[in-house]
Order: sequence, then structure tokens, then C-alpha cells
Amino acid sequence: MKNWIDELKRVLTPKQVLTELADRHSYSFDASFGEYLPEAVVQVKNKYEVASVLKAANEFHFPVYPRGKGTCLSGGPLPVHGGAVLDLSQWPEQIDVRPEDLTVVVSPSALPANINQAAEEYGLMYAPDPSSAHVATIGGNLAENSGGPRGLKYGVTKDFVLGLEIVTPEGEITRTGGQTIKNVTGFDLTKLIVGSEGTLAVITEATLKLLPKPPAVQTLMVSFKDIRSAGQAVSKTLTSGILPSKMEFMDQACIRAVENFQPSGLPIDAEAILIIELDGHPDAIAAELEVVEKIMMELGASETIVPGNPEEAARIWHARKQVSPAIAQIKPTKVSEDATVPRSKIPEMMERLQAIKEKYKVEIVVFGHAGDGNLHPNILCDKRDQEEMARVESAVEEIFLAAIKLGGTLSGEHGIGTMKAPFMEVELGKVGLDMMKRMKESWDPNNILNPGKIFTEQGQRLVLRNE
Amino acid sequence: MSDLEALRKQVNYDQTFDCVQCGYCLPVCPTYETMKRETHSPRGRINLVKMAGEGKIKIADLKEPIEKCLGCMACTTICPTNVQYGRILEGAKEAIEQHEVKSGFQRKTEQFLFDRVFPSSRWMGTLGNAAWLYQKSGMRKLAQVTYLTSASPLNVSRFEKAVPDQPGPLERSLRKHRVRPDYKLRMTVAFFTGCVMDGVFFDTNQNTMELLRLSGAEVVVPRNQTCCGALHSHAGKSSSAEELAIRNMEAFDLEEIDYIVNNAGGCGAKMTEYPHLFERGTYWHEQAKDFSEKVRDISEVLVELDGLEFTEPVELTITYQPSCHMTHVQRVSEPPLLLLNQVRGLKLRPLKRPDFCCGSAGIYNLVNYDESMKILDVKMDDVKEKRPDAVITTNPGCLIQMRVGIERTGLEKKMEAMHLVDLLMEAGPVPK
Ligand SMILES: Cc1cc2nc3c(=O)[nH]c(=O)nc-3n(C[C@H](O)[C@H](O)[C@H](O)COP(=O)(O)OP(=O)(O)OC[C@H]3O[C@@H](n4cnc5c(N)ncnc54)[C@H](O)[C@@H]3O)c2cc1C
Ligand code: SF4
Ligand code: SF4
Repeated sequence: MKNWIDELKRVLTPKQVLTELADRHSYSFDASFGEYLPEAVVQVKNKYEVASVLKAANEFHFPVYPRGKGTCLSGGPLPVHGGAVLDLSQWPEQIDVRPEDLTVVVSPSALPANINQAAEEYGLMYAPDPSSAHVATIGGNLAENSGGPRGLKYGVTKDFVLGLEIVTPEGEITRTGGQTIKNVTGFDLTKLIVGSEGTLAVITEATLKLLPKPPAVQTLMVSFKDIRSAGQAVSKTLTSGILPSKMEFMDQACIRAVENFQPSGLPIDAEAILIIELDGHPDAIAAELEVVEKIMMELGASETIVPGNPEEAARIWHARKQVSPAIAQIKPTKVSEDATVPRSKIPEMMERLQAIKEKYKVEIVVFGHAGDGNLHPNILCDKRDQEEMARVESAVEEIFLAAIKLGGTLSGEHGIGTMKAPFMEVELGKVGLDMMKRMKESWDPNNILNPGKIFTEQGQRLVLRNE
Repeated sequence: MSDLEALRKQVNYDQTFDCVQCGYCLPVCPTYETMKRETHSPRGRINLVKMAGEGKIKIADLKEPIEKCLGCMACTTICPTNVQYGRILEGAKEAIEQHEVKSGFQRKTEQFLFDRVFPSSRWMGTLGNAAWLYQKSGMRKLAQVTYLTSASPLNVSRFEKAVPDQPGPLERSLRKHRVRPDYKLRMTVAFFTGCVMDGVFFDTNQNTMELLRLSGAEVVVPRNQTCCGALHSHAGKSSSAEELAIRNMEAFDLEEIDYIVNNAGGCGAKMTEYPHLFERGTYWHEQAKDFSEKVRDISEVLVELDGLEFTEPVELTITYQPSCHMTHVQRVSEPPLLLLNQVRGLKLRPLKRPDFCCGSAGIYNLVNYDESMKILDVKMDDVKEKRPDAVITTNPGCLIQMRVGIERTGLEKKMEAMHLVDLLMEAGPVPK
């Protein structure tokens, strides 16, 4: 029988098929846990190449794992069963802004930050702003339905997709959706593909919605003596007729970690802080600022800082960006979760996290997008300490269960991948999960595209330890 | 210690765990951009070193990705978790060196450079005198004797045109070893001449001393100084690097001087890293700490002294290509710009990506010629867009590389590459 790697070299060019050990190891990981060696890495640059790889995969029965930049935090692009990693990151970047339509057509490799930058040249913006926007690909963003701080006001990736061009798992090229805001023709396959983590199709082009860029922004930073009032401040603001563009939360451990790492003038005695951004017309945000400041005072905020110029505001946001690296200094391994709860349940979730931290004696710090209930509890540990990692696994499990009990979800933006697959049934129930599985089976009868993700395989459970 | 344990220690295996594989370093890595695969990215390289430490790949598998790294350190400035990539890289190079998996070509090149050129007893000018002889006589035969061109595996011939007119041996031997300011004495500095700088850019060194003197500094040139060892470290020859570092520490009398001044970003960076060469708690580690604290780039000292007035306008449009090691290792980026701003008539057009390496990277452009040229071409696209009359740099390697770049793009009639110091000298500096 013909060897499938030779077949790939024949349908593409040999140069596009990497099989050296060093190359294979370089596509064996993402930004989460686990390491799986693929047999080959295939670098594709157009939809026809994607189609021929998938046709070959169906003929020769080898699995194919789409991969953007490998910044996934849930194991999405990991080649868990060998086979071929489909590297989409080297596809020539295309960003075609259509200002009259307020849309942009992009290649899967385009960086979200570059898309936003191109839109800004026309006074427009691409709103989704995951922190990894200058590294990750739009393909990865679409597959994971990524979100960022601005999600509070504007929504996440899925709210900005008008249409897609995809290659099905069997290697057929097709389009979903269209170029218009309104479109009710048939099932909404676009929304089905967005967030499907590369298990249903390879995205080869997307038409995205743009918005007018707000003319002004205003930041404020508020300190609280207890976490509960910070939580209340979020709900109170959002029910006062004001929708800030961002509402970010940091607990004391994060504040102190940042100050240790790179002094940024954060209030180290505060139990929690909220960093809020208002955007819109300058007159409107001036009025809104007054209202928000009043709410904060009423709820007993200990201090409100309103930066006087863009540089000061940038310093505050820079401090927020430093959280990730700063907490990594506490211990080498960071297990970052993104369980999300209804906004009213934030204080309760915070209390449960505290209890979990004490029960399993693990280091947990919390920050995140408080405005939409998307918290990022991060457990800091050491991958090399097997005993500690076992405790971390239990803590993570309990965090997931706590979020679901409070009416929340396993993942707000990082996806299920391999890591959260074992908990899917708890959240979705038997029927819900079964309907999803059946969809996967009919889209991908030979189970070619990104197997081992979202759905558990026999006996699969959360593992953070390296054997 | 088992073999694997020893290897782990050598490659700083433990430090690879600081990498959280976030990929933030991908957009700044020149080789990731030109070689288009994760294998040639910082994150990829760190992972491969880890894999070698776990015995999952052989050292031979590490060779190509590690050799193709420029060592520009752009990845370390951007890295949110502060991964000590420099240590991991040098450890990996040492392991490759020790396990002798280098190609014959590379071995020959390095042998010639490290055993004969850089640390030779006549280091100060061997290269320069050879270049001078070559220029003056035009005899290929001589060039063959000095190994500079000939059928050698080095691509040196391609860099020949980038070497400036050379002063004769006599001029070199007349160099003063101590100069004093005409007016008030404001500080005493020792000048680190650097072997490539002194060999090939002798005039720039003379200009450096003059600028310091005009600013009010007494300048001494310690006679026993030697090569900084950067190139040896980058090639995995840590024991040669240690030896050179010790010789330098012995040559400079720290009591007498305020700073050790250099005008080569790469050398300055290496000397600020001398403490890394020695184990903590040892005598030489302590010495190295004191030594490295005094190391300064010429631009930093000129800005600190603030003793010059530039009297001649220089009507040029320029762009500035910072030295990677100056930016990412010494973390000096403002002073050269502050100085350029003081020169009247200059129009500075910043590059879009100043932090993108030019591809010179020590001896990278000699050993990995093709890869280096791909990186240079990316740089030149950025340069060309700015249409400068001159590209200003602060490191000899970058200077030669930029000249090669200008030549490659056929712009030698329209554009030149200059060391910052030489430009400042053209601006009529006088004491304030
Ligand atoms: C430091 C850091 C910060 C982050 N911040 C955020 C954040 O604020 N918000 C957020 O939502 N996420 C965040 N992430 C997670 C991650 O960046 C996103 O999930 C991102 O969308 C992944 O993009 P990628 O190009 O790296 O994709 P990869 O990691 O390579 O792949 C992710 C998934 O997408 C699939 N895929 C990739 N391209 C395609 C395609 N063209 N067609 C079909 N499937 C495809 C893969 O199979 C995989 O399942 C962060 C990650 C890091 C490391
Ligand atoms: S930026 Fe730092 S932590 Fe992130 S992948 Fe690169 S080296 Fe690793
Ligand atoms: S040192 Fe430069 S070339 Fe090497 S990995 Fe870092 S950024 Fe890339």
C-alpha cells in the first residue's frame, strides 16, 4: 500500500511536508498541557491544498489537526493520535477592508490585531480583542470563538462573523452565510462552525463585521476593601443604564504580584480592584463617568483614580496586562481556567474559589473580565511536582463543577479541547452531548478532523501530569 | 551524574520550564519570519532543548535549529515570563560543541576565526592590517596568505567591499594610550577598543576617543585588553570566553576609572554579561560583577557628560538601525536617539521595525550566509522605504552588514552606512 506521507508530498510539494524529528516536535504542543508527536506537519497556503490533504486523509485514514499559532489554552491543536498537523499560519495574510459595507474579508492566517489596525485606517474597528490578538490567527479565534475585555459591550468573535469559506472534513470546498447583516436562509452553519474547535471544518476565509470606532475612551480604576462590594459594583453599574466597554477585575494576590514584578502604582492594600473603560462620544462619557464614580462611592469604594491623560490610562492597562507574567513568577506552572458564571454570581464564585484554595492547599489567584462574569482563576504550581499536580487536578475539577452549579459554564473563551472534555456531560447533559456527537459523526464520517477534542474518549480524564 | 543529568545542567533544562509556550515571541523572531516554521522560533527552540534534556531527541537534532538562531535576543525583551533564552541558547551551543556534531565547514570556519583571528596575540590590527595590505596592494596572493578571501569556505570575500579604507600599521602603532581634555576634567574612562572595531574601523575608534575627550573625559586605553569573548560564547566555546574575560578583567584597573566605554553593541553586551560566565560565589564572579557594572556604551556616556555642542549642520536624511545586543541585552535604546536629535540639519526617519535584526549577528553572516541574506533583505525593504542618505548603527558587525545590504540593493551611490560616532564627528563637536 502507498504511504500517506508520500501521497501528501505528491499532492502538495515535498517542501510543504515536514517530517524531520525536530520539526515534528515543534508542532507537538500548544500553550496548554500535553505533548503529542505528529508523524508529519503540512504547511498549506490555499483552499485547494487543504482540500487535497483532507481527501488524502479520507482515503488513507489518517487524522488531521488544524493549527494556527498554537496559543490555545485547552489543547485544541494537539495531535493526540499522531497523523498530520495542518499548519495554517504560513498562509499569506490577506485583509481586505470594504469600508462601504463595514466588512472585512480575511485569510485564516490574518492576525486579529492587524485586522483591527487595517479597519482603523477607515475610522472603523474590529471589536473582539483577546489579549493574544497580536500573535494568534483569526482562524484560531473563529475556531475557539475567542473574546476579550471589549466582549462586555460588543460581544465575542461569533457576533462578528457574517460568512465563512470552509473545507469540509471530506475535502469539499463550500461557503456558509454571506456578506449581509441579515440572513435567514437555511440553518446557520456559520455559527455552528464558529467555536467548533477545528472538529467540523477547516476555515479558509471569513467575512467579518466592522463597527465605527468610538471617538473617545475614558478609563477609571477603583479599589475595594472587600471582594463582595466589587462584585456588587459590577451589577450596579450594568443596571444603571451604562454599558462600559470593559470592566476588568483583579484580586489582591494579582495586584501584589504585579507590584512585585514591575511596580505600576497599583493599590497593594486593596482586596480587589476594578478597571473600567467607557467609550463613545466625549460628552456622553463625561456624563457616564460621573454616574459611575457616584455608584462606586455609594458601594464603599476606598479609592477611585481617573487618569488625566491617555499615557496615564495606558499605564493602568499595562499593569492589567502584566498580571499574566507577574503571577507566573509566583510558581513556574500556570493552570489558567476561564470558568464563567452569571454576573450576579461573581461574589459567590469568589467565595467558592477561596474554599477550594484552602481545601486543596493550592495557590489560586483570580482576575478577569468581571463585566461578563468571565473570571480567570489561575492555579500556580510546579509541573515537576507530581503530588502537587494531583491536588491541582482535583481543584480544577471542583472549579468546573462550582461554575456549572452556579448556572455558569466550563469555558467562557478558551475552549474545551482535550482539557475540559471530561466535564462536558455534566454541563450539557446526556442528550445535549449526544446531539453534538451525532452532528460530528455526520459531518466527519471517518473521524478525520481533529479527533480527541471536545468529546471524551474511553476513560479520558483531566490530566496535568507528564508521565 | 548520569549523561542526561549532565546534559540537563549544561543546557539549563530547568530554565526551559519558565517558557509557558504563549507564542508572544513569534512575531519578533527574524528566523521564524524568514524560515517559516516553529522549529526556528524561540518557543520551538526552547522546546527542542527541553526535549533533548529529556532524551526525546538527539543533540544532533538540535544542531540545525540552534545554529540558525541569530542570538539577537529580541525574544527576551518581549517574553512576558522573562525566560532566560540567552542562557538556554549558550548551553545548547556548548552541548553541540562538546558532542561534535558540527559540520566540517562550520568547524573549519570557526577554527580559523577563533584560533587565529580573534584572540591572537596580534589581535589588535591583525585583521585590519590584513585588510589594509589587501586594499593597498590589491594582490590576491596576499589575501590568500591571510586567508581572507581565497577559496576558503568563509564568505568573507562578499563582505570585502564593506570594509573601509584602512590606516597603515604605522598609524596604528602611533595610537596614544592616554588622552586628556583641554579644559576641565570631568571623569576618567577606559576605552575598550574591541577587536573587529579596532581592526577594521580604527578611525571610528579614534573618533570615539576624541568625542569623549571633547566632552571632558580623560581616556585611557589599557594595553593588555583583548577580545570580549562574545563570538566565542555564541559558538559554545565557554572556556575560551572565560579566559578572555579574565584577561580583560586583569587589564582594566577599576579603581582608576569611572566607566569602561565601548562603541560596539555586541561587545558591550557580552561584557555586561561577564558574571554569567562564572559560578556564583567564586572570586571571578565577584570581579565580573564589579567589572560589568562599569561597562557603558559610548552614547550613554556622551549623554551623561552632556559636554558637546554640534556646530556644523549635517544636511542628511538618516535612519537608525540599533544594535540588537545593545537594545535587548544592554537595554540601551534612548541615548543614540538623544544624540542624533542634537545634530542640526539631520532628518531622522525611524524604521518600521528597528528591533528586527539585520542578520549580521556575530559570525552568523559568515557561517549561515544564505539565511543571513534573507534576513538582510527584509531589513533592506524597511530601509529602502525610508529613502535615507545614510543608515546609522552602533556596532561594527551591523555596519558591515548594512553596507552589504546597500550594495545588494544597488544603492551604493545613494546611501551609506555609518557608525553613530563618525556622524557625530562630522557635526563639528566642540566642548560646551
Ligand atoms: C497569553 C495568552 C493570552 C490569551 N488570551 C486570550 C483571550 O484574552 N481571549 C481568548 O479568547 N483567548 C485567549 N487566549 C487563547 C488563544 O490565544 C485563542 O484561543 C486563539 O484564538 C488561538 O488561536 P491560534 O491561532 O493560536 O490557534 P491554535 O491554538 O493553533 O488552534 C486553536 C484551535 O483552533 C483550531 N483552528 C485553528 N485554525 C483553524 C482554521 N483555520 N480552521 C479550523 N480550525 C482552526 C485548532 O484546531 C484548535 O482547535 C490566550 C492565549 C494565550 C497564550
Ligand atoms: S514569549 Fe517567552 S514564554 Fe512565551 S513562548 Fe516565547 S519564550 Fe516562551
Ligand atoms: S535570539 Fe533572535 S533569532 Fe534567536 S530565537 Fe530569539 S528572536 Fe529568534
